[in-house]
Amino acid sequence: MAQPAHTLPAHPEKATLEGKNKYLGFWFFLGGETVLFASLFGTYLALRGSTADAPGPADLFHLELVFIMTMLLLTSSLTSVFAVISMKKGSFKGMIMWMWLTVALGLGFLGFEIYEFYEYNHLGLGYTSSAFASSFYSLVGTHGAHVTFGIGWIITLLIRYRKAGITLTNASKFYTAVLYWHFIDVVWVFIFTVVYLLGVGA
Amino acid sequence: MSNSSAAQKSVVWDWLTTVDHKKIGIMYFLAGLFFFTIAGIEAMLIRIQLMFPEMAFLGEQTYNEVLTMHGTTMLFLAAMPMFFGFMNFVTPLQIGARDVAFPFVNSLGFWLFLFGGLLLHVSYFTGGAPDAGWTAYAPLSTTSEGQGVDYYILGLQVSGAGTLMSGINFLVTIVNMRAPGMSMMRMPLFTWTTFVTSMLILFAFPALTVGLLLLMLDRTFGGAFFDIGLGGNVVIYQHLFWIFGHPEVYILILPAFGIFSEVISTFAKKRLFGYSAMVFATMIIGFLGFMVWAHHMFTVGMGPVANAIFAVATMAIAVPTGIKIFNWLLTLWGGRIKFTTANLFALAFIPSFVLGGVTGVQLAMSAADYQFHDTYFVVAHFHYVIIGGSVFGIFAATFYWWPKMFGYRLGEGLGKIFFWLFLIGFHLTFFIQHFLGLVGMPRRVASYLDGQGFNEMNLISSLGAFMMAVAFIFLVVNVIVSRKNTTNVTDPWDGRTLEWATTTPVQEFNFAQTPLIRDLDALWYEKMNGNGKIKAAEPLDEIHMPNGSILPIIMSSGLVVASFGVIYEMYLLIALGLLINFGCMFVRSIKEDHGYHIPVSEIKKQGGES
Amino acid sequence: MSHVDPSARLEGKASRDTERSLKRETKAQIASFVFMIFMTSTAFLTVASDAIPTGFAIPFILLLASVQVIMQLYYFMHLNSKGNAWANVMMWSGLFVAAMTVASLMLLIGVTKY
Ligand SMILES: [Cu+2]
Repeated sequence: MAQPAHTLPAHPEKATLEGKNKYLGFWFFLGGETVLFASLFGTYLALRGSTADAPGPADLFHLELVFIMTMLLLTSSLTSVFAVISMKKGSFKGMIMWMWLTVALGLGFLGFEIYEFYEYNHLGLGYTSSAFASSFYSLVGTHGAHVTFGIGWIITLLIRYRKAGITLTNASKFYTAVLYWHFIDVVWVFIFTVVYLLGVGA
Repeated sequence: MSNSSAAQKSVVWDWLTTVDHKKIGIMYFLAGLFFFTIAGIEAMLIRIQLMFPEMAFLGEQTYNEVLTMHGTTMLFLAAMPMFFGFMNFVTPLQIGARDVAFPFVNSLGFWLFLFGGLLLHVSYFTGGAPDAGWTAYAPLSTTSEGQGVDYYILGLQVSGAGTLMSGINFLVTIVNMRAPGMSMMRMPLFTWTTFVTSMLILFAFPALTVGLLLLMLDRTFGGAFFDIGLGGNVVIYQHLFWIFGHPEVYILILPAFGIFSEVISTFAKKRLFGYSAMVFATMIIGFLGFMVWAHHMFTVGMGPVANAIFAVATMAIAVPTGIKIFNWLLTLWGGRIKFTTANLFALAFIPSFVLGGVTGVQLAMSAADYQFHDTYFVVAHFHYVIIGGSVFGIFAATFYWWPKMFGYRLGEGLGKIFFWLFLIGFHLTFFIQHFLGLVGMPRRVASYLDGQGFNEMNLISSLGAFMMAVAFIFLVVNVIVSRKNTTNVTDPWDGRTLEWATTTPVQEFNFAQTPLIRDLDALWYEKMNGNGKIKAAEPLDEIHMPNGSILPIIMSSGLVVASFGVIYEMYLLIALGLLINFGCMFVRSIKEDHGYHIPVSEIKKQGGES
Repeated sequence: MSHVDPSARLEGKASRDTERSLKRETKAQIASFVFMIFMTSTAFLTVASDAIPTGFAIPFILLLASVQVIMQLYYFMHLNSKGNAWANVMMWSGLFVAAMTVASLMLLIGVTKY
């Protein structure tokens, strides 16, 4: 604690021991999450041909819709990068603005996903229809649950700290939330490729 | 900013809300001991049932339940938590840290484990415990009637979440909180094994989470993962379970390896032989632990090449393990060996564990495994590694660290009676089970017929089990009658590592001044080259401490409520439980709690003379 | 002794050096974003147009996905910056276990014998 108090450090998210711990611990957590999603991916890949008599990937997926969802999430990843850059610049307003934009894009993604699930259900793919259906809804649904949790988390931070300015405490909170958000995007890139593109193309 | 010191609290409230790693460690240990006792009683019930042919002591359904609960409890709720107790208590002390990285998460991890374990045991009173074996293979588990298996799924899910959190906490603590001079290659071996164990937890438990999730989705929400009629595949569950399950057995053995390294070098009065080889062997065992899981599935029908690959990978583990065995032997070589109870367990571990390792290599031969599979040979094998390895490790650590944790020494006389009875009872019980398996007795059967040649061996095995039970009573008696041994508890064994440089009982801030580490075996170095006291790395100053919190208990209860909702398919209860859980997370997130500072005057008063 | 209040508003702007490197970073991030958009679109078009044979398309889009993920991890999430060795260790260990898990669930579930 040698540096003079309350001036902006280059890495406000890692300026305290608590911040450093949180940063590292969160990365480790993401390492574990990788295995969690891999288990769901593996299950999906094992069962994706088991459509029983229910509709299969090629009957269901609309690539255009999923492409738009991908773009939304990818863009939200960029806006959250800008939020962190604003934070490091010391621009609290910029950070808040970019984070709200991230939330808005995330909500857009979630809306499409709910619509998508609703649509598939309508087309006759219930959760209990086939092993493919169960594994598809579980994989994509777990991702969707992560998106929902991320949105809730970021909104909580945005409301809690709406007037606080950047502090050593909230800098690391916002930063970990952004890491989480990127990770959600990383998982989606694989869902887009493995579930949707391969589902239609192979 | 709260600068006041902690307000006066009642003792109970203090323990319920504590975030002190030492108190959490003690609670982990005691809770683990509690479940160990339950699982031990279940083991005795099993051995009574199998003592004579066609016994009608338990009944088949009850036998299945007791067998399932014995395995599940021993692995998830007894052995692992007791190790967690030592890890929590000792690791921060060994690296010269004041605290762990995430005190709040640490306490949450403990309460999740405890509540998950208790949830599992509620099943005994609500119409039947889980009965599908500790592995809960589908479709046996997905078609099991009643709520037993649901309790298994949710209980393990809740306690598994706690374990994962503890694992991350240990990892970050060891990476970020080491005292000045404590480089990775100066860490005591117990800390190293804690580190590698935590890595295994981090990457193994998510697979279990998904495996249990799929079981839950199939049983409760109509999923079709394991429903063959709808295209499901039951082998998926086996993979997920063993991708977790094999690392899990290393989660149980690596901390024991760490404990033996500490105990043997302390009581041989020698530096551990081949320290860096020991560290690398630990890492290689951790790595190989993720490459071999399918050796539990040789008879499933993956194919000969797949079987061969996993067979070879499994045998390869004998190499780093062998390195460790030889290093322990060479540490003892030429040492001034003291035969304390702790060291006796360490010494008995070496041949016992080697026996378990040899049968492990036998089982790894996939062609031969078709003969061994699902017989008592397997039962004998894993009891040799888990009792001869993990449980001996737990008992060695109990005698070794008891003075530091509880402020009195366990009696050596009673300890030695305990040791010999337990050792003989253990070999009597399980050695003969190898032959029982080879002559064809299948595992997991509630009884056997007369005249199959199983009678005598089963009787001997059961008598051995009784001996172990008597031994355990000697341990309990020891714990009670030794309470007056309160002298010489600060450094009773002439220790080598930092935990013996603290006061007993350890102050809440561990070290009044952060220690400066100058070599491996930091305390021993100072005893040999300094004045026997650890040097300070900083001047005496205020110490920052975290505040306790009741939220972990409330959060854990929330998840238990939600679990009951899943078990009995009451959606309102699920919503309520999750609401409690997320509500607590919300409160924790928006309420900044920066802890408090202990002023210098207070530190001096508490005897921070160092 | 006074302690840094972790809840106090941080005053002042970033140093000139930080400012400059942040500007550079902004440009790099936009570039990688554009590149990722490009790769996603390429993958999409590879599948959407029937012109490309499946035998090529599958490994190609998997490669594109992997490159994107690496870019996310190393640029957006800053795994490449200094002091992230442990984060790298854990992330790659996780990816290793993940790869084993996916491979075994695809191949070794008893449908085809190897
Ligand atoms: Cu194994």
